[in-house]
Amino acid sequence: MSNPYDGLADAGEEKHWAFGTGFTAALSDVDRVVPSSVDRDDLVAYCLMLGDDALVYSQRLAEWCSRAPELEEDVALANIALDLLGQARLLLTRAGEVEGAGRDEDALAYLRDERGFRNVRLVEIDCGPGEGGDFAATIARLLVFSAWRLALFQRLTESVDPVLAAVAAKGVKELAYHRDHAAQWTLRLAGGTAYSRERVIAGLARVWPYVDELFTPHPVETRLAAAVDPATLRSEVDGVLDTVFDAAGLERPDVEQIAPVAGKAGRDGVHTEAMGYLLAEMQHVARSMPGALW
Amino acid sequence: MSGSSWPLYEVFVRGKRGLNHVHVGSLHAPDDEMALRNARDLYTRRNEGVSIWVVRASAITASSPDEKDPFFAPSGDKVYRHPTFYDIPEDVPHL
Repeated sequence: MSNPYDGLADAGEEKHWAFGTGFTAALSDVDRVVPSSVDRDDLVAYCLMLGDDALVYSQRLAEWCSRAPELEEDVALANIALDLLGQARLLLTRAGEVEGAGRDEDALAYLRDERGFRNVRLVEIDCGPGEGGDFAATIARLLVFSAWRLALFQRLTESVDPVLAAVAAKGVKELAYHRDHAAQWTLRLAGGTAYSRERVIAGLARVWPYVDELFTPHPVETRLAAAVDPATLRSEVDGVLDTVFDAAGLERPDVEQIAPVAGKAGRDGVHTEAMGYLLAEMQHVARSMPGALW
Repeated sequence: MSGSSWPLYEVFVRGKRGLNHVHVGSLHAPDDEMALRNARDLYTRRNEGVSIWVVRASAITASSPDEKDPFFAPSGDKVYRHPTFYDIPEDVPHL
């Protein structure tokens, strides 16, 4: 064998890659017709909600790129960010095509203002790596978010919208890994040194105020036939988190929840102060140079 | 970065139709379980594999370059150890 990686290639597969073959295009064989039982406007809003959760959180995780505490962890967080970016692309594309106003995934990601974003506030808060940033808080958020989103996507695989069901089926495998990664780190930080334990406890307390919002349904999530009502996920997610906490010898944080603003929260486009800074960084190149390609 | 504080692991990956695990590189990890996960993230992100082995580099006993000649040179002139004097049927794979 001239190239040691030949042993990793499929027989008869493309050889122009150094290694790794047999790629498939996500959702290429899925029926994209909206079922008659599904309200189109609500479906657009729902795809934006789930898509924005992934897009904004992906942006936050990508901030760790080149700044994680270890090289290996750097790649792990970037992989997770890329998985979520892939989910965001599929969901924003679906929102754009059902809306029918000519907006594609890029227009939705880069040209909406803060009030147009429908993500939960948990994903937008700043856990680092910048000033005040903390790896343990990053892991705590990943644990909560991926446990919640995995439970949601497992239900969503049964959605009457075939595209949502397919996005969910693809995402379940990714999210199961994200949750495992976060759980593994939670165990190690909690069981490491007194200092690492203190940090993970503080990290959980930092993200916990945004947990109730994950299970508070927006009217779209309750009435859309293709959606999952997040209120139905609470006991399952609590059970998963309690299992991790038990194994790590941690208590579930007892902290006050961040209230909605005049009854409105992330799903209504009402965000925290951190959101504007995040969008400025994420959107400024696309807005400064519209239509630029490279 | 303080990767040197974690032990070094060697990573072996088996491709989808590969017959054996191939050494693809190394990484640092705090323990065996995390090494496996780091290997997944570092070495299978382009759809390379279906199975991973990780082993602590310190657990590998390797031949020394200084011993290259006594180890390997004596087999260089023993062509009779190869089955080149047999007729190999066309339909026998992986021989």
